[in-house]
This record gives sequence, structure tokens and C-alpha cells, in this order.
Amino acid sequence: MASHKSHHVKPVPTDQTAAELAHAHHDGSHGSVKSYLIGFILSVVLTAVPFAMTMMHLMPVATLIPVIIGIGVVQIVVHLVYFLHMNVSSSQVWNNAAFVVALIIVLILIVGTLWVMYHMNHNMMPGMMSVD
Amino acid sequence: MHPAKIYPENLLTGKLGIDSVPWHEPIIMVAGAGMVGGAILVLGLITYFKQWKYLWTEWLTSVDHKKIGAMYIILALIMLLRGFADALMMRTQQALASGGGHGYLPPEHFDQIFTAHGVIMIFFMAMPFVVGLMNIVMPLQIGARDVAFPYLNSMSFWLTAAGAILVNVSLVVGEFAHTGWLAYPPLSELSYSPGVGVDYYLWALQISGLGTLLSGVNLVTTIFKMRAPGMTLMRMPIFTWTTLAANILIIAAFPILTVTLAMLGLDRYFGMHFFTNEAGGNPMMYVNLIWAWGHPEVYILVLPAFGIFSEVVPTFSGKRLFGYDGMVYATMCICLLSFVVWLHHFFTMGAGANVNAFFGITTMIISIPTGVKIFNWLFTMFRGRVRFEVPMLWTTGFIITFVIGGMTGVLMAVPGADFVLHNSVFLIAHFHNVIIGGVVFACIAGLNYWFPKAFGFRLHAGLGKVSFWCWLVGFYIAFMPLYALGLMGMTRRLDYMNNPVWHVYLIVAMVGALIIFAGIIAQVAQIAYSIWKRDELRDVTGDPWDARTLEWATSSPPPFYNFAVVPEIGNHDAFWDAKQRGQGHPRPKTYEPIHMPRNTPTGLLIGLVSVGLGFGLVWHIWWMAGGALLVMIGLGIVHTFNEDRDYYVQPEEVKAIEDAYFARLQAANKKDAA
Repeated sequence: MASHKSHHVKPVPTDQTAAELAHAHHDGSHGSVKSYLIGFILSVVLTAVPFAMTMMHLMPVATLIPVIIGIGVVQIVVHLVYFLHMNVSSSQVWNNAAFVVALIIVLILIVGTLWVMYHMNHNMMPGMMSVD
Repeated sequence: MHPAKIYPENLLTGKLGIDSVPWHEPIIMVAGAGMVGGAILVLGLITYFKQWKYLWTEWLTSVDHKKIGAMYIILALIMLLRGFADALMMRTQQALASGGGHGYLPPEHFDQIFTAHGVIMIFFMAMPFVVGLMNIVMPLQIGARDVAFPYLNSMSFWLTAAGAILVNVSLVVGEFAHTGWLAYPPLSELSYSPGVGVDYYLWALQISGLGTLLSGVNLVTTIFKMRAPGMTLMRMPIFTWTTLAANILIIAAFPILTVTLAMLGLDRYFGMHFFTNEAGGNPMMYVNLIWAWGHPEVYILVLPAFGIFSEVVPTFSGKRLFGYDGMVYATMCICLLSFVVWLHHFFTMGAGANVNAFFGITTMIISIPTGVKIFNWLFTMFRGRVRFEVPMLWTTGFIITFVIGGMTGVLMAVPGADFVLHNSVFLIAHFHNVIIGGVVFACIAGLNYWFPKAFGFRLHAGLGKVSFWCWLVGFYIAFMPLYALGLMGMTRRLDYMNNPVWHVYLIVAMVGALIIFAGIIAQVAQIAYSIWKRDELRDVTGDPWDARTLEWATSSPPPFYNFAVVPEIGNHDAFWDAKQRGQGHPRPKTYEPIHMPRNTPTGLLIGLVSVGLGFGLVWHIWWMAGGALLVMIGLGIVHTFNEDRDYYVQPEEVKAIEDAYFARLQAANKKDAA
């Protein structure tokens, strides 16, 4: 086994502390109290609105569902921008690439599932097609 | 036989009671006694030899990627024995219950065995084996000192181990799922599986799945952020590429599994109706979602396997890999395509001709990049000076076996043919053909190939060859009869068969399984014998196979910091090129301090407490589940206050370790170790 004496050796005094080292890896923005608050308020509103619309029966279900889905998508964008600090600057290339990959896979999954399940229901569960 | 008794719930022990243990089942009791006895023996030996402190400081609390990888593989090997015991029981039961008898396993027990076999082999054998190899090898291949998040790595492992512990606890306390390895509803819903089996299944997979997901994030970050200078993406060794692809798939696919199992959990625990037959639930949606994870999972396992072969073939052919770029593009194509084929697992569910045709065609397309890989390996061997060492034997066995398995897969990609073969033992033969022939052969090839790197001595070649031939021959004898039986109409998961024609095929299959058993015994013997004879098998140079990639440029086992000086990388066979220039082992004049992470028990503790979380949830012991969850969160928060998590290895210590290595190199007469 390799010697592990050094576990007990004091770190050499260097100009970089562990916290700074950990910090040095983040060159992206960290957001401010203001941006977090904006994000928080937006996400609370975007959560409360669909709840209210559902509970107060403000519109027919067939309209309500697409509206809720739309608000959900906006909610995702709010989280990405205000909590995950995504933007289009060049330092974010990898984040954005990862996001695009995620988007493709999510789209494949959602569109594929809708397509597959629509046909399944059509063939296997006739009479259970309606949302109402 | 009656299922394990379920008590009316009480606050203290939930549904658990003294009769939750099936005392009247001799087979389970003997297996349980063996398991408990084995555990007591191991713990006793550790205590007797006073190894607790060593075990604690060097292994259990280690954040060293090499040791975590080794622990993953130890877990995988133990679970291989458990999963294979299940396999032998199934094969003997089917052989006995097809010739007029009824065998020795009641349906209740048989159902649990085939479920446990599938779950264990995929989640707790193949996954830990592959993740373990990726952990040991990938950071060394890219010249990194550890993974990006060493503490997270330790936690990932212990969460995986916690899932494995839960599955094994279910053998003795309560029962395991009777549902098959993917727990399709409505069978897995509360109305049809009122026992705790499916709950064990859910929580074992949720806890270990969390570990897998975190490990995926960790390894992807490591590859993107911690490569040696000069190692561009197109200079990464193929195993690193496939590790990247597999871990991208883990990040993308495992959340689907988590969500799907969570919805099944909501159905079972809160009376919801995502997948029930009534109240608007749709069991078909579960099948759709679970395979949207399940098919990428296949490639999570097999892509690293391809990576292992892509390292083994050039090394033992003495040639550069044929078609490196093609290999990379094929890997990434498979990575994306694996997300558009999932419906081929349920062609028969009734999506109709158009949908089936689409997924049938995408499935056939995925065989093209796979074929590219096969030809690349063959052309690498072509006119090479092939050395048939043990890893190369497994690789040649793989190429032939996997091509057969792949072709039966393409056959079943034709929806019309699939309607005949769906859920038959032809399918069983097919996926064992690709998973044993692909993943298992790769894991054992990788074990033989990288063992000297990880532990400093080679595995005994003779016993390795015995194991290989037993596995190869045993595999064909065990599974070729199943292809035939499938075409004759035998469906999977049968506890009793009244067709006398099948009997002889099932006898042959059982003999094949016994030959594989001999291979596994040879495997265990190989490891034990090699440990015993380790001084004769010692790898002093760090490069026992005359290999090509960076992991062989350091000593065996590597020092805990991996590389004293991180090398500059000029191409994807970095070490081979350096050796050609006579600079395989350049000796640095001075050494710098090396920044390393400190060990921490937090990952181990969180993992162990998560067993309590799972157990409490399974048996509805709410105080235990809630308490365990709070402790886990608390441990995580306490750890964030630990500022003493890294240190610098002093140049003097590095120099002492490196000097000893160079002395060994010179003694071994390496001319380029000047």
C-alpha cells in the first residue's frame, strides 16, 4: 500500500486556501439577492396561478391543460435563468451544450410518449380517449 | 407455501412481526443462514486480525477513486454469486418441472427468484462492475489525480451498496417482488402485490439509483474538467469516450427511472392512480416510461464494455486502434440513438403498425454503428501480432458471441417476428447473449486487464483461461437450447411445464449453467490463488501488457496521487508514443506539492443510514424512515462545515515514493527509465 503519512502533514502555506480553490472552479455568475428574489417571486406566482385557475374553475379543462403546460414551461425558464444562472455568454458554452442535449432528450421523450400513448389508447382503450 | 405474514400496522414496528421471517422455508433459511454466517465469519476474521482500523482508514472512508472502484467491483462479484445462485435454482427447477415432476420451488418462491435474479444482475452486478472499472481506470487514463467530487464518489458507492443490502435483507425479512425485474403494473400495484416485495424493489432501486445518478454527474464533470494538458476530446482513449457516453446516458435516463418508480410508489403508498387499472390510471404508461429508461440502460452497460475491448484489442494486437474517429462517432451515435428505440420492448402492446415500423427501423439502424465497432476491432487484429492473454481471449469470445446475439436482436426488431417471439425464451436467450457475451465478458476481460494496475500483481493466467473456456462453452450450452425452445413456443418465467418435448432442452440448458458455475469457481479460485502467489505475479514496471494508454505510465498500484507530474498529451496512444521515443518513464528533476482530498466517513454513514430509510419505508416504520432521512440530511449539512477536506502532499514524500518506483524500474531493466 502506498504510504499515507502525508495525511498528517500540515499543508504548506500557500496563497490559495481550500475555499479559494473551490471557488476558482466557478467562473460563472452567482446571482445577487435581487435576482434570487425576483426568481422566487416569479416562481411563486407561476405556481399560484395554475392552482387558482384549477380550483376556481376559471376555464374549461380542455383550455386549462394547455395553459398549465405553458405556465410550466415558463416556470422552467425562470428556474434556469434565476436559479441556475444560465445565459448566452461564452463562458457558458458547456452549460448551454448540456442544456441543448437535455432539451433534445426531453423532447424525444415527451413527443415520443405522446405519440406512442395516443396510438396505444386509440387501439387498446377505445372509449377512454377524452380528457374529460 | 404462504407468503410472509403481513401484520396490521403498529407504530413501533410497522408491518413487521416475528412471522415476517419465513421460518418454515428451509431453502430460504439455509440461504439466509449462509449469508448471516458468512457475514459473521468476515467480521470475525477482520476483528481477529485486528484489521478494523486499516479497513476504516484505507477503504471504508476512502475517497480515492481507485479504492472506491475496487469496492464497486467487490460488491459486483459478491452479487454475481448471489444472482448466479438464483440462476442455477431456476435452471434446475425448470429441468425438474418439465419431465413430469413439479420441481422443488413453489410458484411464490420461483417468482421471487427470477425477479431477484434480474434485479441483482443488472443493478447490483453489471452496474457496479462497470462503474467500478470506470472509476479505477478513467481518471488514470486522462491523467487526473482523482474524480471531480471525491466525497460524492464515496457517497455514490455507499448508496449503491445500501440498495444491494436492502435486496439481500428481503431474502430473509419479508419477501422480494414477484413481478419480474421491471415490476410492471397492474401486477406491481397494491391490489395484486399487497406484500412488501415490491416496496423492497422500489426503495432498493431508488436509493442505489440516486448513487448511480450522482456518480454519472461526477464522472462526466471529471472528463470535461480534469484532463491532462494537451488531451483534447479527440485524444481521449476510447474507454474514456465510452465512459463519457455511458455517464451522459446515466444523467439523461436515470431521472426517468426515478420518476417512474416514484409514481408507482405514490400509487402504492398514497392510493394514487398513475398506473392502476381503475380511476383513470394507465399501466401502459409505466411500460412506456420504464423502457424509456430501460433501453438507454442497456447502452449504459454495453458502451463501457465496448470501451474495454477497444483498449484490450490494440494492446494485445500491438497495433494502434483501427478507425479511432469512427469508433468515437459510432459511440456517440449509439448514445443518441439509444433514446429512440424504446418501444421495441413492447411492440405487442398495440401501438399499431406505423409506430411499430418507426421503432423497428430505428432499432435496426442502431446495429450499424455497432457493426462499425466490430469491424474496427477485427481490422485492428488483422495482421497484428495478437497475443492471446486472458483479456484477449475474452475479447475474441465476445466478438463471436456478441455478433450472434446482435443478429437475433435485429431479427426481433422486425415487429412481425417480435409478435411470435415476444416474452418467449428466445428473447431470454437473446438478451443473455448480448449481456453475458457483451457486458460480462467485458467486465471479466477488464478485471484481468486492469487488475495488475489496481493491485500491483497479475491474475493467474492458467486459471483465467479455465474460467474463460468454462464460461464460453457453458454459455452456448445454456442458452442455445433456449433459442430453440423459444421458437417452439416456450414463454419465459414458467415454474412448471407439461410439454415433454422441452424437457431434454432444459436438461441441456441446466448442464450449461453448471459449466458456467465451474467457470465462476475458476474465477474465484483465480483471484484467491493470485492473492496467495502475489509475489510471483508482481507487476514491478506498471506496464505488464506493453500497453498504450496513460494509466500504464504510472506504477502498479499507482501512488494515491496517481501521477507525480501530469504528462503532456500528444495523441490518444500517449504512453505508447512516449515509449517509442524512449520517454516512457521520464524522471522529473523536482516535484511540486500535490493537492489531494482528505478521507471522510460521511459518504459511508449516509449510505448506511439510507438502509434504515429504505427498511423503514418498506415496513411502514415511519419513525425509522423519518429519523433516517433527518440523520442523512444532517450528516450532509454537518459535512459542509468541514473545512479540513484537502491537503498538500509534500515534495519530499512524492520524491520518496517516486524514487522507490524508479529503483524498481531500473531493477526491471527498463532502459527508458533514466
